[in-house]
Amino acid sequence: MSDKTIGLAELRRILRESAGTELGVDLDGEILDTTFDDLGYDSLAVMETASRITREYGVSIDDEALGTATTPRRLLDLANPD
Amino acid sequence: MTRPPVVTGIGVIAPNGLGTEEYWAATCAGVGGIRRVTRFDVTPYPSRLAGEVFGFEASTHLPSRLLPQTDHMTRLALVAADRALADANVGRETHSAFDMGVVTASSAGGFEFGQRELERLWSLGSGYVSAYQSFAWFYAVNTGQISIRHGLKGPSGVLVTDQAGGLDAIAQARRQLRKGSKLIVCGGVDGAICPWGWVALMASGRLSTSEDPTAAYLPFDARAAGHVPAEGGAILVLEDAETARERGAPKVYGEIAGYAATFDPRPGNGRGSGLRRAIENALSEAGLEGTDVDVVFADAAAMPSLDRVESDAIAAVFGERAVPVTAPKTMIGRMYAGAAAVDVATALLAIRDGVIPPTTNVRPAPHHPIQVVGEQRRAPVRVAVVIARGHGGFNSVLVVRAPPTGSAPREEPAELG
Repeated sequence: MSDKTIGLAELRRILRESAGTELGVDLDGEILDTTFDDLGYDSLAVMETASRITREYGVSIDDEALGTATTPRRLLDLANPD
Repeated sequence: MTRPPVVTGIGVIAPNGLGTEEYWAATCAGVGGIRRVTRFDVTPYPSRLAGEVFGFEASTHLPSRLLPQTDHMTRLALVAADRALADANVGRETHSAFDMGVVTASSAGGFEFGQRELERLWSLGSGYVSAYQSFAWFYAVNTGQISIRHGLKGPSGVLVTDQAGGLDAIAQARRQLRKGSKLIVCGGVDGAICPWGWVALMASGRLSTSEDPTAAYLPFDARAAGHVPAEGGAILVLEDAETARERGAPKVYGEIAGYAATFDPRPGNGRGSGLRRAIENALSEAGLEGTDVDVVFADAAAMPSLDRVESDAIAAVFGERAVPVTAPKTMIGRMYAGAAAVDVATALLAIRDGVIPPTTNVRPAPHHPIQVVGEQRRAPVRVAVVIARGHGGFNSVLVVRAPPTGSAPREEPAELG
């Protein structure tokens, strides 16, 4: 477990680094409850993002749980247990 | 018999030109693109020259979503495909997505990407390997990425036959058109100029060790001692001739009039190469004689024994020194799966402009019974033969013919230096 909290700013940075930004999507806008699908990220992009979160913050994210992380808020919930 | 399919769009990316017209102008002028490798430190290696594509900034051509998931050669392929489709004025609305497919050739896949991720695997662990490694280094990756980017969901695939692949992919595209597809994006873009790719290429024993860009790749020359690897290639838009006419395709560069492929017998068993048969079969399929051919684009291996087989086959089919033979790849090196697609593009441009581009740096050896074109030559070109041979015995030959008259407005020939 990590004592560092991963917020939306960190997630935005990691998304940009691991999967880029879809044309026409404003990643700096209100995205917490926008689906990754609508943000232009497929399952592989989410997987790569989760993998980077694990590397940088030492939080392991269960593969099965990752499948339910359809929005940034849900992914952040997984990345910040308790 | 139905009319042969036609090429309606071309996108070339080469070491001497980023873009079709840039490449063509440089090639006609004999401007080379072979230099010392810059993409990695080549000092410890015995072969140090390559044809690298210069001035390519991926982020100015492609969206950021594609950058983390693509090898360098896939980025080149995507840009070549963008340009070919724009040249043909083809978009998602042109036909149903399932009537348009993609067939490319590959020799190695995304080696540079693969090397980086495998290094991370063994030095840092599996958690450090990019999720995109799952496809970014595959043979089929260029086909898949072009298909996704342009919404081309028809019959698609990849051919892996080394340097013959660029022709085999076009032939496979032709088969799909015969089966009912309306348009196939085809060709090859290749490149593995990274340490892992380099040692794999060295293993062929066919790389030149010369440090002089003007003396490193000399096919049909007494000094021939291997080739220079290159990156780049060409993507073409191939369409059924009638479909192209109906939709008002802005350009028709020419027809794919004939094709044949043969495989060499096992070395040492006494039977000769299958190359001559491939040339004869391709001409026969096109309904043409050797005397109908205005120029031959040679494979030009620059290994003495391979050159000998090729020049003998050309002389046997066309007569000794009877047909102009050129190898513009002497300016840029060998692109493996990309090379023959570039040669087909070059042949189509030679037809368009009535110019045979030169073979550079070569002093043809008298024991090769062929007429090597050493200077740019202005001559009407109606029929061109492209030869491509792959490591391990692949021989492929494609016949390109001028577009049927009245098929599309012909552009005014460009002024060439």
